[in-house]
Amino acid sequence: MPAAPAFDGLTVGDIVAEASFPLTRDSLVRYAGASGDFNPIHYRDDVARSVGLPGVLAHGMLTMGFAVQPVVDWAGDPGRVADYQVRFTRPVVVDPELGAVVSVVAKVGQLDAEARVARVDLTVKVGEETVLGKAQVRVSLG
Amino acid sequence: MNPELQGREFPPAEPYLVGREKVREFSRAVFATDPINLDPEAARAAGYDDVVAPPTFAVVVQEQTLAQLLAEPDAGIDFSRVVHGDQRFTFTRPIVAGDLLTATLSVPSVKTLGGHSIVTAETSITDASGAHVVTTISALVVRGEDD
Repeated sequence: MPAAPAFDGLTVGDIVAEASFPLTRDSLVRYAGASGDFNPIHYRDDVARSVGLPGVLAHGMLTMGFAVQPVVDWAGDPGRVADYQVRFTRPVVVDPELGAVVSVVAKVGQLDAEARVARVDLTVKVGEETVLGKAQVRVSLG
Repeated sequence: MNPELQGREFPPAEPYLVGREKVREFSRAVFATDPINLDPEAARAAGYDDVVAPPTFAVVVQEQTLAQLLAEPDAGIDFSRVVHGDQRFTFTRPIVAGDLLTATLSVPSVKTLGGHSIVTAETSITDASGAHVVTTISALVVRGEDD
C-alpha cells in the first residue's frame, strides 16, 4: 500500500487536492454503460426537455464518482476512504457541443486526532455554481 | 407513497459477482486513473487480490435493491417522480474484483415534507464470508402529484 499522507502534518483548511473534469456527452454514455443507469434524461435532449429539464444532465452519481477521485489519489489507496457522502443540490447540464467543466477543490474540514481520520470537504462547481452540497470524505490515516 | 414502508426489511438480492473488466470499465467512466483500479499486478503489489473498485462502484450493486424497492407492490413509488437527494457510502473495505457480494435492503425512514416524500433506502453489502463490505444510504425524494 502506498504511504498515507501524514496525519500530523495536516491542518484544517489545507487544500489537499484540486482537479477539473471536462465532461462531454460521451462521458455520460460511457457512465450509463458502466453503471447500468440508462435513464434517457442523461443522453436524449428531447426526453430531457419533455420532463421540463434545461437539457441533458450528467448522472448525479457520475459527478459523485469522479469528485472523490482527487482525494483517493491524495490518500494513496482507495482502502483509506472510510465514508463518502454528498447531497445533489444542482444538476449539471451537459451541452452537446460545449460539454461542461466540473471543478473540484478538496480541503481538510475536520481532524479527529484520536481516530486519525481526516474529514475532507469537497467544493464541486460548474462555473460559479455549486452542484454538490455537504460533500464529505472521511479518510482514515491511522 | 406508502408510509408503512418505514422499517421494512427486504430479502437479500441475488449475489453479485464483481468482474475485473466491470471494475475497469467503471473506473474509466469515473476518471479513476490509479493503476490499483486498472492493473491486477499493481493491485496485488498494494495488497489486494485483484483490481480495486472506485468508492462509488457500490451503486452498481445497490441498483438491485432499489429495483426491489420500486417493484414492491404496496410502495406506491412512481419512478418518474423520484429525484436522488443524498447518497452516502460507509466502508469496512473497498470492493475488489472477484468479490461475491450480497445486498440487503432496509427502509429506515419515510418522511413527508410538504407534498414530497423522502424515502431513505439503506443497503448493506456483505461478501461471500458474510463480512460487511459497505453500506449505501440513498435519500430518494418522491415529488408530490401537484408539481
